[in-house]
Amino acid sequence: MNEQADLNQQLILGGQQDEDQYLTFMMAGEEYGMDILAVQEIRGWEDATVIPNAPAFVKGAINLRGTIVPIIDLRLRFGIESVAYSPLTVVIVVSVEIKDQLKVMGLVVDAVSDVYSISEEKAKDVPDFQDSDNAQYVHGLVNVGEKMVVLLNLARVLDLSANYMQHG
Amino acid sequence: MSIDLSQFFEVFFEESFEGLDAMEAELLNLEPGAEDSETINTIFRAAHSIKGGSGTFGFTSVSDFTHVLETLLDQIRDGQRQLTAEHVNLLLKSVDCLRALLGALQAEQAPDLSEANELRLKFEVILGMSDGVAEEPVESLQESSGESTYQIDFKPLPHLFKTGNEPLYMISELAELGELETTAFYDGIPSIENLSPDECFLSWRFFLTTIKPESAIKEIFEWVEDDAHIEITMCGGLFGKVASNADVETANVNIESNSGLETPSPKPVKAEVPVNSLGKKAEPKKPSEQSSTSIRVGIDKVDSLINMVGELVITQAMLSQIGEQDITETTITSLQEGLAQLAHNTRDLQENVMRIRMLPISFVFSRFPRLVRDISQKLNKQVELKLLGEQTELDKTVMEKISDPMVHLVRNSLDHGLETPEQRVAAGKDPVGTVTLNAFHQGGNIVIEIMDDGQGLNTEKIKEKAIANGLVQESDELSADEINELIFMPGFSTADAVSDISGRGVGMDVVRRNIQALNGSVEVSSAPGVGSTFTIRLPLTLAILDGQLVKVAQHTYIIPLISIVESLQIDISKVSRVGKDLDVLRLRDEYIPILRLYDIFSHQGAIEELDKTLLVVVESDNHKVGLLVDDLLAQQQVVIKSLEANYQKVDGVSGATILGDGRVSLIIDISGLIKLSGLKRPGSQELLVEAKAVEVA
Repeated sequence: MNEQADLNQQLILGGQQDEDQYLTFMMAGEEYGMDILAVQEIRGWEDATVIPNAPAFVKGAINLRGTIVPIIDLRLRFGIESVAYSPLTVVIVVSVEIKDQLKVMGLVVDAVSDVYSISEEKAKDVPDFQDSDNAQYVHGLVNVGEKMVVLLNLARVLDLSANYMQHG
Repeated sequence: MSIDLSQFFEVFFEESFEGLDAMEAELLNLEPGAEDSETINTIFRAAHSIKGGSGTFGFTSVSDFTHVLETLLDQIRDGQRQLTAEHVNLLLKSVDCLRALLGALQAEQAPDLSEANELRLKFEVILGMSDGVAEEPVESLQESSGESTYQIDFKPLPHLFKTGNEPLYMISELAELGELETTAFYDGIPSIENLSPDECFLSWRFFLTTIKPESAIKEIFEWVEDDAHIEITMCGGLFGKVASNADVETANVNIESNSGLETPSPKPVKAEVPVNSLGKKAEPKKPSEQSSTSIRVGIDKVDSLINMVGELVITQAMLSQIGEQDITETTITSLQEGLAQLAHNTRDLQENVMRIRMLPISFVFSRFPRLVRDISQKLNKQVELKLLGEQTELDKTVMEKISDPMVHLVRNSLDHGLETPEQRVAAGKDPVGTVTLNAFHQGGNIVIEIMDDGQGLNTEKIKEKAIANGLVQESDELSADEINELIFMPGFSTADAVSDISGRGVGMDVVRRNIQALNGSVEVSSAPGVGSTFTIRLPLTLAILDGQLVKVAQHTYIIPLISIVESLQIDISKVSRVGKDLDVLRLRDEYIPILRLYDIFSHQGAIEELDKTLLVVVESDNHKVGLLVDDLLAQQQVVIKSLEANYQKVDGVSGATILGDGRVSLIIDISGLIKLSGLKRPGSQELLVEAKAVEVA
């Protein structure tokens, strides 16, 4: 119940001014967080139409109430080994402004975890790991109780034009 | 009590442009000497409302210019003056000029007044000359001797503001006529507790020294005649002015503190001159970059939509009623009936919603009489323009984009197609050439034909040019149609191809590309000495496409039906391999490169054996290629959705759609696919030539 207490504390602290709420999800045992305001909905995995010659992490496109939405496998995006999709596999639909254009995309993750309020000050505490490829995707690292949560910079993660050459 | 007039600007511009279009159309109908008063009236009314509107909104540059135009029209209308060809030309030029002025104002740029001033001068010369013989000898005497001074007493009734009039605009207009001296009387202003802010208590006396006739002054006050006491008296020369000036000396006080009205001096008007240079600098940024955002819809279309929605609601109510009942045999039958009804309603509704975006093609056609008139005058050719099928409807977006290619084609017909009258007589034809624009619907497409009865395409010259450009080989045996097709090749600019006259820097390849961008096609057929016909085929709308669903591995793709030539089973004996990995099929007398869709799109699990698959022969950019697919599925209309909106451009794919089962399917972009396949890479053309050589040997 230690965790619950922590969470309660977090929620109480959430009343403070400079705190943002983050939705966290699990991937390969790690917990990642994204700005909750970017999240549009959470849905189950459904088969997507394959987009020809797309990078491997682009699983295809689905019909989201009349809009064509590309689906991105975050494991593959981060170079983590992929796992077979199950009915429990979750797609987080986000809308993110990329290069002045609001784009709606779906992110395949293992499971959705929690919602935390985290102050901007705390989130900025990023260790120096410039030599990592994935460093550009990280907005910050933050400790929530015993756990460490990686906060993502979604605009960078989803900017596909940046490394379009990663054909798979 | 100030109303934000700017909210009405868009309506004003729209109406003014419509007015100008009407003026132009009527002017082109005018035959000098045989003018019909109704036509003149229409032109006059259009000019008058533009003037009124621009005056109200304070676009003085427009209202001033329209004013002289209107004066001329007025005299013609009253029979004081005979309409001449010169007048018509001048009026047409003014329409252009007004369009430019309004366009600049709409784009919130400083309008270029140099042309307006030039034209205005010409009008004034015409008007001035006539005044010399007109029925007001006294005035004309004054005029010939130069300036005269008028005393104008302007006493607005209190309700002037409520009629939407602003004295300041009138005063500025007066100031533009000449030297103006203004005196305001504010003794009518009541004490503050009785002061009603939306009533006018001021009155003015003006002394105007001008070369303009009295009618010009009256014109300014025309709109407020019933809302004010206006007295205009001529004081003659300088003496009269001085005398009456002394008269009101006591009243000659500072009025600036009053109601914010300033005494307008001619100076701000003169300030327009430096604006000219500004306006010119801004010119490259085209003010006519108009993508109008509103659309006029006939009330009948709206009414039928409301009816459809009504029916839809009834069907929905019926269905939900069924849904609440227990499922039995009978409810299932009525459910099926209800669903059929719903499908019917939805289809009707879709068709009707599409119709909202549909406008008659006369919107495009209407600009051609003017274009043909101008060009034929320039080229000294006699041309009759026939417009057929003007009521044919097509999508507004398609219409906006088809206009430029059509202008290009018509210009070509006039320039290269039609002969001079002498040549035509020598060839035993009517000296007057005919250009016909015809539009009609054909199987979900709109077809636009541009026909001329000129000399036809000169196949010899085209072939020579194509050989010189390296587009074809001297040894190639080409049919007349194939040669004619060459004019659409890139690098085959008409500028120096068949004659040296026109060529506005846009080749026919651009015309074809623009039309293909709309999912359309353009063809030419021509007979020497008889004429040529360009046929444009376009989908009725950009939002919906007739598609052929095909299967590639386990994926479903859509090929636009318009680009499919035929679909066939491959006769393996007619396939030969060229280069490393390109198969070519001999189909009758053509060689069709086979593109393996699964290969281009990197799909696993497709049928690879040529004899077990189907070949869909498609055409784009004059290239015929065969697309290898596993199977042909249904043909259906699909609604085009953007894949780019949330993702990015995908090579070989023009968009996406949602199929009946809710799945996304991608629409193949033929020309993009050809590029992607590498067929267009340098050297690939040689491969095809080589293929032909192999076959022949």
